[in-house]
Amino acid sequence: MSADNARVRVRITVNGALREVEIEPRRLLVEFLRDDLDLTGTHIGCDTTFCGACTVLLNGKNVKSCTVLAVQADGGEVTTVEGLEQDGKLDAVQEAFAECHGLQCGYCTPGFLMSTRALLARTPHPSDAQIRKGIAGNTCRCTGYQNIFKAIRTAAGGAGK
Amino acid sequence: MLAALGEEAKVLAGGQSLIPLMKLRLARPSALVDLGHVPEAAYIERKDGHLRIGAMTRHAAIEESAEAARIPILHDCAAGIADAQVRNMGTIGGSVAEADPHGDWAPVLLALGAEVECLGKSGARTVRMSEFIRDAFTTVLGPADLVREIRVPMPAARSAGAYIAFKRCAPVYPTASAAVQVTMEDEDFCRDARVVLGCVGLTPVVAAEAAAALRGQAITPHAIERAADAAMAAADPQPDVRGSVDYKRLLVRVLVRRALLAALARARGEHVEVSHEYVGR
Repeated sequence: MSADNARVRVRITVNGALREVEIEPRRLLVEFLRDDLDLTGTHIGCDTTFCGACTVLLNGKNVKSCTVLAVQADGGEVTTVEGLEQDGKLDAVQEAFAECHGLQCGYCTPGFLMSTRALLARTPHPSDAQIRKGIAGNTCRCTGYQNIFKAIRTAAGGAGK
Repeated sequence: MLAALGEEAKVLAGGQSLIPLMKLRLARPSALVDLGHVPEAAYIERKDGHLRIGAMTRHAAIEESAEAARIPILHDCAAGIADAQVRNMGTIGGSVAEADPHGDWAPVLLALGAEVECLGKSGARTVRMSEFIRDAFTTVLGPADLVREIRVPMPAARSAGAYIAFKRCAPVYPTASAAVQVTMEDEDFCRDARVVLGCVGLTPVVAAEAAAALRGQAITPHAIERAADAAMAAADPQPDVRGSVDYKRLLVRVLVRRALLAALARARGEHVEVSHEYVGR
């Protein structure tokens, strides 16, 4: 780059609305969402591609937005936790996490919700092994995961035992 | 374009290793060329006796591919790399070009006798996987070269493989891994074998002695133990946070034995599921 602060224009559809913003090429997707669009539901946890708190959907696939440059998402569609609720009604995954108390402090929850969304889109009725694999990229330091499993089973329409 | 940007420019092929390295300032490229906007570089197709995988094919696409599933060791590898999020972004071409000693694809592709099609200013050239990786994080690629395609020869009948990696939890690199491919003459007699180890050397370790313990032999429990012992002897791990030298060598022995048993079962036509293993969730 000729200048470190040369800006580029990206066009990214976020939660259904096209956003066109000039950014530095080095801007991470999570910074773009949180700082440029003020969508602070997506959290930064470890910032090292480990914890998954920053998980969003990029073109329907769950990705760690701390490890995607905003320019990589140019022309794409992003869904954040703010985009789950439709017409004032919580998504089934949000309902299930609330009902089963699939959280304690809640910091990791947006990431879990997005990974669960991606898992259920691909596998509407996952086995426990598939749930385990589906959320292996999300870390929760509070719950011990039991209620998160319960919530995912419930969201999938299974018994939330 | 790469040539014009100079030696400090880098290719972004998914970014699941490069972006973390840049955050740590371990990589400071002067410019990035993002191949993510080249959709035609992502494909999996069978042609002329080879499975051809475009460099920008995401791990998740290989995991879900019916074509790739015909070579189960590819699925073993693709399905267990890091976690779902990383598999949705990371690419096979990026993994191969990075040549991280802890990477998953290189041992598998070596066991399969794969080739890498490289693209540079002077055109395309095909390099055998066994010649592609020169050292840790070092390949035959020049600064203006790209990986265009991975070419895997379709295994013969009665040829089967398995890949097992052990890692402490999903998102991290494995502690050790073993890729095994066997070609059987009949139920018991092994015509050819390859055993390749990951994470226990600066480059993947081709355990030739382990393969020799199997090739041209009737596969008895004794032969399997001899191969596992030979693989352990070939491993040259570094002690680190993942484990001591002795621990990693013992791990190699177990992984090779188990990958071999899985490969032999598959060669008999049995369905066996193996992949990365980790403790916890």
